[in-house]
Amino acid sequence: MTQALGWWGVPLAIAAGTLRGSIPFLFVSLGECLTEKSGKINLGLEGVLLTGAMSAYAVSYLTQEQLGSFFAPWCGVLVAALAGMALGIIQGWLCQQPRVNDVAVGIAMIIFGSGIAFFFGKPFIQPVAPRLIAFEWGNWSNLPQVQAALKVSPLFLLGALLAPLMQWFFTATRWGLLIRAVGDSPQAARAMGISVFKVRMLSIMAGSALAGIGGASLSLYYPGSWNELISSGQGLMAVALVIFAHWNPIQCFYASLLFGGSQSLGPALQSVGIDSYYYLFNAAPYILTLLIMILTCSPKTTIPGTPGALGKDNTP
Amino acid sequence: MNQPKSFPFSRRQVLRGLLATAAFGATAKLGTGCTPQEPRSGGTGDEFVIGFIYVGPRDDFGYNQAHAEGAAAIAQLPGIKIVEQASVPETTEVEEAMRSMIELDGAKALFPTSFGYFDPHILKIAQEFPEVQFFHAGGLYQEGETPRNIGSYFGYIDEAQYIAGMVAAYTTQTGRLGFVGAKPIPQLLRNVNSFTLGARTVAPDITTRLILTGDWSLPVKEAEAVNSMVDQGIDVITCHVDSPKIVIETAERRGVFSSGYHANQAALAPRGFLTGAEWDWTTVYTQYAQQLQEGKTLMNGDIPHIVRGGLEAGFWKLSPFGAAVSDEAKQAAEAVKAEFAQGSKRIYQGPLRNNQGQEIIAAGQSYEQTAVELETMNWLVEGVDGRLES
Repeated sequence: MTQALGWWGVPLAIAAGTLRGSIPFLFVSLGECLTEKSGKINLGLEGVLLTGAMSAYAVSYLTQEQLGSFFAPWCGVLVAALAGMALGIIQGWLCQQPRVNDVAVGIAMIIFGSGIAFFFGKPFIQPVAPRLIAFEWGNWSNLPQVQAALKVSPLFLLGALLAPLMQWFFTATRWGLLIRAVGDSPQAARAMGISVFKVRMLSIMAGSALAGIGGASLSLYYPGSWNELISSGQGLMAVALVIFAHWNPIQCFYASLLFGGSQSLGPALQSVGIDSYYYLFNAAPYILTLLIMILTCSPKTTIPGTPGALGKDNTP
Repeated sequence: MNQPKSFPFSRRQVLRGLLATAAFGATAKLGTGCTPQEPRSGGTGDEFVIGFIYVGPRDDFGYNQAHAEGAAAIAQLPGIKIVEQASVPETTEVEEAMRSMIELDGAKALFPTSFGYFDPHILKIAQEFPEVQFFHAGGLYQEGETPRNIGSYFGYIDEAQYIAGMVAAYTTQTGRLGFVGAKPIPQLLRNVNSFTLGARTVAPDITTRLILTGDWSLPVKEAEAVNSMVDQGIDVITCHVDSPKIVIETAERRGVFSSGYHANQAALAPRGFLTGAEWDWTTVYTQYAQQLQEGKTLMNGDIPHIVRGGLEAGFWKLSPFGAAVSDEAKQAAEAVKAEFAQGSKRIYQGPLRNNQGQEIIAAGQSYEQTAVELETMNWLVEGVDGRLES
């Protein structure tokens, strides 16, 4: 018999919401972090998120008979990464043409990515696809609420590992330094004999692949279904989150937890009887984004960690 | 480049730009999800063309699916041809969709189904095409103000929610029910209140917790709402959102009971699905189609401008009972359903208080289902945990 938790339900719901809801933010923000370190902004990740969600769900549904319900969703995750990479190639090539603005290309890619996802996703709204498994780390507790809250997705662990790994990659490996060099000073990098085009292309492709995996977590883990409004702007919020995190992968991880948790604030408070200002609580993630942008943006100073060539024109 | 630049772009760049624009246009079109049944060729004269516009996909397990099932039913009628367009947002885009259905497909009647299409989009296009008839679900028709070629239809689906509430009350073990809602509009509040009143006829101390997500389709919020309700010991959950799929699936995963809305979601929750309040647009749309074929029009007054009704008019149906529903609950539900079928049952009977303790209906009085007071409802009945004013 499930007992009511009362007020303890609020922190528990936020903790559970953090574990469940932060995965797309985490992958998209890590992907965007990688991309922006190379000096390009990829707003198109919102479209990649939708394409990833759709292709993962579709592949998981279509391959469940051949692969079984354990491997089919993982195959979906793989295809989502590949689909993201394909969109990344378009973005990477387009945004590096002379006199092309990467923000404008990004907006076009949002429309393109979501268009692709909606077009091919029509037949997959109705069927139920096998979902990704989760580690059940709450079985020590006899409270069903805790058991449900402590279900941890392997994708979350993957993201949590990826963040420090990426930090190490940026600071301690030759490849990481190359990306940062291209992002800070393309001229200097070119003088070193590095192909700026190739480095940026690879960074954008890898970043988009990560965002595709984020999309897969939406449709195959939580909320665990494909429909056209599944992302509700999470891709764009994750891009803003990278600025908040000062282009630091570890801080991207913390920021993703914050955003994931804030989504569950409104429903959790209403469930214990705080009904006032529910619009405000429901809007928590968006208000948080807005506050962050206001607090961190200033025309006079640059945020530490900003890649030097970010948002600059392409130099031929 | 050394030659003098009179024009800042080379021929190659202009070509590339044109190509990119064309490609952009082509892909942007992909997103609108234009799915006409037949190649657009225009009406052939002897067929009566009826257009349907949906705000989301046609197979969303929800609001749009219910309407699309109704449309599919009249598509079978001889002499009727339907054209459909899905995923049309409540913006000027719906005006374009309506215009192209009228001008290219020769549609003589339109069913733009989403609530937000009505004002200002339908009102505007109806004035532009006074010979075309517009039928809208739930819009307010005001004699003398609304154009005469607009008709409004809606069903008292809260009757089905009343029965679903009874079934929920027979099934719950904790005595706490949950309702995931989108926005506090009168139709939604009426569903919450009827669900609660139905449940309290079975056990007077049952409460319903209302969680409002803020918009019609917010999958993550809906899933979070279900999760926090289950954490609070709620064991039967129903909803009023555009697509109940996420709510029903999440409830099933958490091992609680669920009750559907809009369409039949039984397939999504084989263990916990109890029943559900479903629209039955087939009857309503078939009536309209026959009247239209007979040459009746809204403008002459042959077709009533306001069509409202409950079970007696065939506006709703109950989803088949799930495995967890007891025989006692089934019998009680069928008995009340029979009363609704005769049109004799009144849900809102005094004495009735709202959840702030104020009296809404005095003892001995009651509201008919057609009462205006119910169409403009802005209160929650005693037994609902929730508040409307922010």
